[in-house]
Amino acid sequence: MAKQYKLVRCTVNGKAREVMVDVRASLTDLLRNDFRLTSVKKGCEVGECGACNVIIDGECFNSCIYLAVWADGKDILTLEGLEGPNGELSDIQQAFIDEAAVQCGFCTPGVIMSAMEILNEGRELSDEEIRIRMSGHLCRCTGYENIFRAVKKTMMKRLEAKKGQ
Amino acid sequence: MYTGQRVKRVDARDKVTGRTRYTDDLCDRGAYIARVLHSTIANGRVIAIDTSEAEKVPGVVRVLTCFDLTEKHRFPTAGHPWSTDPAHQDVADRLILTDRVRFWGDDIAAVVAEDEVAAAQALRLIKVEYEEYPFVLDVQQAMEEGAPQLHEEYPNNILKHTQIRNGDYQKAIQEPGLTKVEGWYETPVVQHCHIENFICYAEAEGERIKVVSSTQIPHIVRRVVGQALGIDWGRVRVIKPYVGGGFGNKQDILYEPLCAWLSLRVGGHLVKLDVPREETFVSNRTRHSIRSHIVSWVRPDGTYAARKLEAFSDQGAYASHGHSICAKGAGAFPQLYPCENVEVDAYTVFTNKSVAGAMRGYGIPQAMWAVECHTEDVCAAIGADPLAFRRKNLMPVGYVDGFSKNEMYYDTFNQCLDKAMKAIDYDRKLKEYQNQTGDIRRGIGMAVFWYNTAVWPIALETSSCRMVLNQDGSFQVQVAETEIGQGADTAFAQMAADVVGVPLDKVHVVSCQDTDVTPFGTSAYASRQTYIAGFSIRQTGLMLKQRILEYAHTLTRMPVFNLDIAEGNIVRTTDGRVLMSLSELATEALYSLTDSRHITAEGTYQIKSNAYSLGCTLAEVEVDIPMCRAKLLNIVNCHDAGTLINPALAEAQVHGGMSMGIGFGLMERLIFDEKTGRPLNNNLLDYKLPTILDHPRLVAEFVENPEPTSAFGTKSLGEPPTCSPAPAIRNAIFHATGVALRETPANPYNLYRAFTAAGLIHDERQVAQDV
Repeated sequence: MAKQYKLVRCTVNGKAREVMVDVRASLTDLLRNDFRLTSVKKGCEVGECGACNVIIDGECFNSCIYLAVWADGKDILTLEGLEGPNGELSDIQQAFIDEAAVQCGFCTPGVIMSAMEILNEGRELSDEEIRIRMSGHLCRCTGYENIFRAVKKTMMKRLEAKKGQ
Repeated sequence: MYTGQRVKRVDARDKVTGRTRYTDDLCDRGAYIARVLHSTIANGRVIAIDTSEAEKVPGVVRVLTCFDLTEKHRFPTAGHPWSTDPAHQDVADRLILTDRVRFWGDDIAAVVAEDEVAAAQALRLIKVEYEEYPFVLDVQQAMEEGAPQLHEEYPNNILKHTQIRNGDYQKAIQEPGLTKVEGWYETPVVQHCHIENFICYAEAEGERIKVVSSTQIPHIVRRVVGQALGIDWGRVRVIKPYVGGGFGNKQDILYEPLCAWLSLRVGGHLVKLDVPREETFVSNRTRHSIRSHIVSWVRPDGTYAARKLEAFSDQGAYASHGHSICAKGAGAFPQLYPCENVEVDAYTVFTNKSVAGAMRGYGIPQAMWAVECHTEDVCAAIGADPLAFRRKNLMPVGYVDGFSKNEMYYDTFNQCLDKAMKAIDYDRKLKEYQNQTGDIRRGIGMAVFWYNTAVWPIALETSSCRMVLNQDGSFQVQVAETEIGQGADTAFAQMAADVVGVPLDKVHVVSCQDTDVTPFGTSAYASRQTYIAGFSIRQTGLMLKQRILEYAHTLTRMPVFNLDIAEGNIVRTTDGRVLMSLSELATEALYSLTDSRHITAEGTYQIKSNAYSLGCTLAEVEVDIPMCRAKLLNIVNCHDAGTLINPALAEAQVHGGMSMGIGFGLMERLIFDEKTGRPLNNNLLDYKLPTILDHPRLVAEFVENPEPTSAFGTKSLGEPPTCSPAPAIRNAIFHATGVALRETPANPYNLYRAFTAAGLIHDERQVAQDV
């Protein structure tokens, strides 16, 4: 079968991109191979583990089961896009460091992207809601305990800051 | 002092920004892609392989089968130190590809292609003709006469049988007034499920082969790739980048020899072998399923007169870590509850299942499941309080194991139990949950565990360290102990900073290891690294410091014995004056026109000690009897891992270990089809790995009794947290329902069978009451 390609225009971490993609490629492939955004991890490639999660138009997706061609016209955010221009860490990245929520680090990028989706809603979630929203991720190192703490603390901090305004 | 502080991980920033490079992130995009063809029968022989269609797929470079393996070098895969004594060497029973297949998923051929799609397409087009043999999946059936034989050299499929005979069991059981308590306890096959699957890539470098691998054990991989290819070990170079979890699976040689061989068969071209998740479950390693039979003879005063353990460990199809796993649990049995008359028979037996290897806890989670379930059964049989019984019978202060010389220096068990009980509010809940009726019941249970640190005196314990001073007074630290996610590099940096006397940011631990450069050592297993590397870091740090101070003497005229290094400065101890900064000294040392020196230190420390690392779990559950569901409400682990180098990372280690223990206790099980031997749930959807929703808050407590034999007062913590959650959960379910599970996990499948057998639920259909 001859390979088929399609032009995809999208925004990745704030930058406009144009790329020809193999129609069979996943968004994980596109981000990792074409843009070398290697924070997007492959843990199962069938949407079970969450290591490849990225934010597409504000919503978190498993990029491994999202076709690259669907990215046309979309605004995509990966973990690399959270850092400021001078290497400033976002609050959630700092919280993952402070709460020792990182171990082997392989699930971390995807987990942080799901956390971002929650935090960007700007509302207070109950503990149970946080757990439900984070349940699409598998982590074998942390028992999720410190991940939970990092997400909750960052949420509370943002809500405090909002109140202060 | 940095040791003992909750300093941030040295690699955390890179890991939260996506900058950390794991194996796949480093591999050049021009690599050929390799995929492995696995057998689709559980036992038999490959008669013929037709690769003609596969070879026609555009992009396919080579298809290589077991019949292309002309030079057959059998190799062992266990990540053990090599023994120069042939009697102590691991069993060499693997080939790079095999025509004699022994489990569903054995490696019979491989495709090398230009891309993943071509490789996958070609794989499906390979036609294999087999001669099928009968197979056996059950460990005790495999031992029976007439059972299918896996390896000619091992009659009745018994890889090894070891015995312990202490005192006189037969005589002891004659004592009048004894109560006999007997039970069978079984654990399932489970898998490590590190989120980064095993991956490696290989290419030729001159006459050598370079392998980059997601491994825990680079120096051992070097040796085994050499053995498997039949080449000198120095011709192999192994590089270990950051690793996305290992848990023992990557303490085995997995596909490094195959990948190296494939590269050499395509002219040394770069070849990448990235194992899909489904194959990771089946064709890497698993945890041994162990069936245990315990008989205890208990005196009216609640002490043991005699005890017996028979353990049957399911090795799967190849030896890998073999009998070491079952032997470790067998060795713990007479120690945890000391008793004068003990008989132990431990068997490790081949079956036609996936190969079992090392997995976090190395046989102790299985052993503690049996022993601590049994302890609860004993208490129930004699009407003893489980806490009082344990306090009375557990290894006492002053206990010394003659073999390992391990000594119980402190009242660790009581201290840990007290702390965990307080944290979970044990006494109140125990009372509250007495005499419950109804469908929903709560219970609270406990389990203790025995563990040790490192492998001395069974095998070599050695650690080498190198420190190299830079112009700015910072220095690199290299050890062979590997960072695989646990935080080892951070602990090493803390130790090195304290010993040499510099700020933490002046220590650069080299995380990526390269066998051409990294000092020799045997790396990440046996929860050994903080203990073992501690010795060589202290020794080498003192050596480096001495050399720095000797150079300081030439620059300051002051005697070495009046000099010290503190916070990165050369200090005169007599008056505390800072004479110069280490950075000034280091710059002078490298660029001096009169006396230039490259200040380095390197050394090996051979460790000849070991240490107990003990603790407990307390768990509280809510059981929905009609739904056959057990929910974990609260769980506390308490550990005595000696002095903690980094309490924050120690807690994180315990959380992760507890999580794996919870999966073992409630959810996980790899199922094999009895009709075909094929694994049925080898993916992360059907294999139930705990998610954040499956855990309550995980509470990690510590008792910090400094370990006297240790360079930093510390001892093992990596594996211990996994050892006791499952039996604690089971004992909590027992407390809630009166039903004593014989088999983990306590998932609806097993609870249904147990509750039906106990008459708690009634199913109109006749169900097999075989629990």
